[in-house]
Amino acid sequence: MTSKSKFLAAPYLLWMIIFIVIPLALIVVFAFTTTVYTDLEGNLLSNEEFDELRIEYDNFYDMADNELPYKKQTVFTLTHIMEVSNYVPVLLNSVWLAIIATAICLLIGYPLAYLISRMRYGFQKLMLMMVMLPMWMNFLLRTYAWMTLLERNGWINKLLGLVGIGPFDMINTQGAVVLGMVYNYLPYMILPLYSIMTKIDNRTIEAAQDLGANSLRVFSKVVLPLSMPGVASGITMVFVPSVSTFIISRMLGGGTNMLIGDLIDLQFLGNAYNPNLGSAISLVLLVFILLCMSITNQLNNEDNMDGGMLL
Amino acid sequence: METIIEIKNVSKEFNGEKVLKGINLSIHDNEFMTLLGPSGCGKTTTLRIIGGFVTPDDGDVFFYGKKINDVPPYKRPVNTVFQKYALFPHLNVYDNIAFGLRISKVPENEIRQRVAEMLELVNLMGYEKRSVDNLSGGQQQRIAIARALVNSPKVLLLDEPLGALDLQLRKEMQIELKKIQQRLKITFIYVTHDQEEALTMSDTVVVMNEGIIQQIGTPQDIYNEPTNAFVANFIGESNILPGIMHRDYLVEFAGNNFDCVDAGFAPMEPVDVVIRPEDIKLVEASDEVLNGVVETVTFKGVHYEIVVNAYSDYWVIQSTKSANVGDIVGLSFTPEDIHIMHKSKPARQSRYSRTVSEDMADDK
Repeated sequence: MTSKSKFLAAPYLLWMIIFIVIPLALIVVFAFTTTVYTDLEGNLLSNEEFDELRIEYDNFYDMADNELPYKKQTVFTLTHIMEVSNYVPVLLNSVWLAIIATAICLLIGYPLAYLISRMRYGFQKLMLMMVMLPMWMNFLLRTYAWMTLLERNGWINKLLGLVGIGPFDMINTQGAVVLGMVYNYLPYMILPLYSIMTKIDNRTIEAAQDLGANSLRVFSKVVLPLSMPGVASGITMVFVPSVSTFIISRMLGGGTNMLIGDLIDLQFLGNAYNPNLGSAISLVLLVFILLCMSITNQLNNEDNMDGGMLL
Repeated sequence: METIIEIKNVSKEFNGEKVLKGINLSIHDNEFMTLLGPSGCGKTTTLRIIGGFVTPDDGDVFFYGKKINDVPPYKRPVNTVFQKYALFPHLNVYDNIAFGLRISKVPENEIRQRVAEMLELVNLMGYEKRSVDNLSGGQQQRIAIARALVNSPKVLLLDEPLGALDLQLRKEMQIELKKIQQRLKITFIYVTHDQEEALTMSDTVVVMNEGIIQQIGTPQDIYNEPTNAFVANFIGESNILPGIMHRDYLVEFAGNNFDCVDAGFAPMEPVDVVIRPEDIKLVEASDEVLNGVVETVTFKGVHYEIVVNAYSDYWVIQSTKSANVGDIVGLSFTPEDIHIMHKSKPARQSRYSRTVSEDMADDK
């Protein structure tokens, strides 16, 4: 690399430091620290002692000319990380729903991506636009739309009522949450699959036919193995946002199905304000996702393929 | 000699463009047949029709007398060596070659033996575990050949297999392919646009242009007795001049009447006259011969290529003697060197060529 091209990379490096490295470092710091109060001699104050001191100070001292009777300190702690273990069921539930959503996306997305990749070029562009069209609409709006569709008095139940079926409880179920995930993240499955599949040389498919493989064998012996990098990145692109989503579960799950994303949201913006715990949960989730992805990539590396990976 | 493949009156159209216009072709047992022609002449389409990747619009394809128009590629007893090899990038050398055998459920120990034989045939022993991406073009080509041949096909189809290789390697592979074909005693159908390649390897050359077969014959026939100006020009360099056939054995071109050895043309029929550059001798200018001015002289290694302007036509002459630009020289050739051809009429198959090629093949 010449010194000139190094210089060209500087803006991106700066961008990455400001928006990725520093925030990540802050999360780590928050996750492993907590705020404690000591008296002026440096003795740790219990919550009751601190409250007493503070009330006393607020009521009897003139703020202008007296120093505070206590000190604020940030200290290293593992409590928040330990506390995360209380939320293991929530984490498992999130992972479970994300796995189901990813699997459904793969089942729908794979055949669709394959069909699109084998179409005439002009048609391919049209179909891809159809896939991406919903993404041009605001994410919240799309999810709201599903609320009105799934409600007890919503459109689907109304339609079913016309033919005498239902009404069903669709909203505020885990099914609705999974539906929301599939609906919102399906394009992220189709696009990487499509881009890998268009790269499969038609001649390798013909070569397989020539060597005696029928359509089923061509698929299992050539198309599937060659599209594995796309499968891996598609899974990553759907699983990661699904596992950490909070708005979908809040809107379609009605708060009854708390996911890990909702939990984090609560620690930062909700009434359970506790950024340290929120950071700890985020950190655990991050490590967990990294583990999942390295397993996915391991599947992929066995075939010695390159490209299409996110990690 | 047994006919393996018979193509009868086959036509094919792509997007309204006729790429094959009624092709008739018989391919025999143990024959090295080359489909030769410029790009877009329909040679690859013909090969793909035999392989089953293209269905003819009109006409039929027979294997051992059985019509196979609608038989899919995976059920045909032919294998193909594709242009740019089309190896499976996710499989190593061994698994690439074993692909076809595994599909047809051959026992693993037999597969091991046959793959080893093939690797020996193509001179790549010990490459089993290599990834195909790490091989050179020549090695990939050999793997592609082994992958096709391991299935013991009756007919091997080769679609410009040497096109991506450099000249030296191409020449080596030509000889090697011919050896493999003779050793395995199977039919090769070879597609190329390289006339030298076709002449080097083939028993039978099929010259095609614009979806029509121009001539079928042995390499010698095609070179020495081209049926029309297209074949003459495509196979080696030629001087092609407009002429008039006065009567049998007398032709007029370049402002003179010449004796020739061709007959059977209509009186005063306009014809194409072909004279090969190596058949023309440079002599002293005189009234006895055609005279012209030397325009350019190029050294080509074995010979000089001299362009002479005579009777307002440019003649290409190959000569071991050099000449000076601007010299006035005489061009000398014998009646046997003059080849007379019908004016670019759609070519007929030369009956003579066919019999010669059959005789030659029978001799083997």
